[in-house]
Amino acid sequence: MALEEKDVRYVAELAHLELTPEEVKKFLPQLDSILQHMQKLNELDTSQVEPMAQVTYPVRANPSLREDEPHKTFEQEEALANAPDQSAGCFRVPRVIEKEE
Amino acid sequence: MNLTDLTIDPLHELLVNRKASAVEVAQAYFEHLERRDREVRAYLQLCPERALEQAARIDRQLAAGETLGPLAGIPVAVKDVILTRGLRNTCASKILANYVAPYDAPAVERLEAAGAVILGKTNCDEFAMGSSTENSGFFPTHNPRDLSRVPGGSSGGSAAAVAANMAVASLGSDTGGSIRQPAAFCGIVGMMGTYGRVSRYGLVAFASSLDHIGPFGRSVRDVARLLQTIAGRDPHDSTSADVPVEDYVAGLDQNVRGLKVGVPGEYLKGLNPETGDNIQKGIDLLGKLGCEVVPISLPHTDYAIACYYIICMAEASSNLARYDGVRYGFRSAQHADLQEMYKQTRYGGFGAEVKRRIMLGTYVLSSGYYDAYYLKAQKVRTLITRDFLEAFDDVDIIVTPTSPIPAFKIGERMDDPWQMYLADIYTVTASLAGIPGICVPCGKTKAEPHLPVGMQLLARHFDEARLLRVADAFEKAGGFEVNS
Repeated sequence: MALEEKDVRYVAELAHLELTPEEVKKFLPQLDSILQHMQKLNELDTSQVEPMAQVTYPVRANPSLREDEPHKTFEQEEALANAPDQSAGCFRVPRVIEKEE
Repeated sequence: MNLTDLTIDPLHELLVNRKASAVEVAQAYFEHLERRDREVRAYLQLCPERALEQAARIDRQLAAGETLGPLAGIPVAVKDVILTRGLRNTCASKILANYVAPYDAPAVERLEAAGAVILGKTNCDEFAMGSSTENSGFFPTHNPRDLSRVPGGSSGGSAAAVAANMAVASLGSDTGGSIRQPAAFCGIVGMMGTYGRVSRYGLVAFASSLDHIGPFGRSVRDVARLLQTIAGRDPHDSTSADVPVEDYVAGLDQNVRGLKVGVPGEYLKGLNPETGDNIQKGIDLLGKLGCEVVPISLPHTDYAIACYYIICMAEASSNLARYDGVRYGFRSAQHADLQEMYKQTRYGGFGAEVKRRIMLGTYVLSSGYYDAYYLKAQKVRTLITRDFLEAFDDVDIIVTPTSPIPAFKIGERMDDPWQMYLADIYTVTASLAGIPGICVPCGKTKAEPHLPVGMQLLARHFDEARLLRVADAFEKAGGFEVNS
């Protein structure tokens, strides 16, 4: 096995995922096995190949740039409608700055 | 005659000749699915008020003598990853269990503007991650052809709804096969257009370089009608292509004589023998229709699953970072500070497969592994795409099986994620290359319980009209019942 428990805990931390010790044990062999299957790509020599991020078409067909003109989007009320907690027109979260004593 | 058995055009005939009202049609559907969906469980949510209001509007227009389009009054279902204003949009995830869509996806807006009647939102694998709809955060959907089996996935609810006559047609999403594979498992037609053909605005993002919205139907013509309606440029999606939408329906009913059809040898090994037998009969039928069938090779096929899963997981880990309990969705009460709130929210909100993909996606993008996995996969994606472009220098259409196996039993593949991923082996290649694909029924397996087999047809970028024409010719020649 190439992956270790500490790697699972490390990626979970990077991804803001809480995992119990049992889950770390359960995920470890699964993730390890999937990564080993993925290493199949190393059979291919890609030193002369350009990477492809996504399918692109000639500029005419894909006019992703437009004039930067203001337009109406959501009202504040609509943007907040799904918030688990809100206050004074803002999303409310636990305190992130310590209070000075 | 049963109203829920009809495809779009015959139903349209009834409506315009005032033999049935749109409200009666919608009610017939709700009555039928109230019983049938207890065992199939295709829907997460029904919206009878919205549906009957739209149906009543269509009836008023008919009474006023207005000329209505083919989709007016046609009941459809929408996968619960495509926003429909005012309705909950859960993505079959607990983390979005109470999320109410603030706007309509253009695909939904265009369908409703054409008069379609939305019946409800359908079940799927959580965030469209899965091949069986067993990863739904709420409950699995059952295959209407055999309730002990999966309907495929991730758009299993949308496929099962159409197969069980609980909607005339539906919308699904396809990232690596999530429309085509459930269409095969349920014995209906499902289509993914070219990357950029249909706007993804309002489609909850899973893997943005691969995500598509597309239609399911019981006939090629129905699928053509839906694609016609939802395709086209949308300024809200910068990847949507400014390429004219052809008249797909006008292109049907034409002969396909002389078209060159390529059969890639790589897709015929490791097949379930019965599936292989049906696909061979399907290919023979295309030959009888006057197509020139030639063997071709797509040499990098074996690398597609690894390539696809690296890319889609990397993109998913980035796209799903937004679910943090701040702006929408579930927020865990178990926290002392902000970091803890993020972690506990994601712990409680996501299911196991979503966590696996987020972790692997994070891993392949992390410092020290990016080049070995993610960059490598992007380069292999170039090779897989090149295989197709070179093949299409010589052939017009490529024919393959949609899935190496027919629908499997519920629970059968849940313990080994890689086994589940292999269910997508023939569909991920077209997703990586961005070419359009359609799955059509191609007979049933000989042994009980006679499960549907699906045949996949692929074409060049933006060649949807030709793809639909060949699929339609195949259907008209009896291809759907190729071995009966």
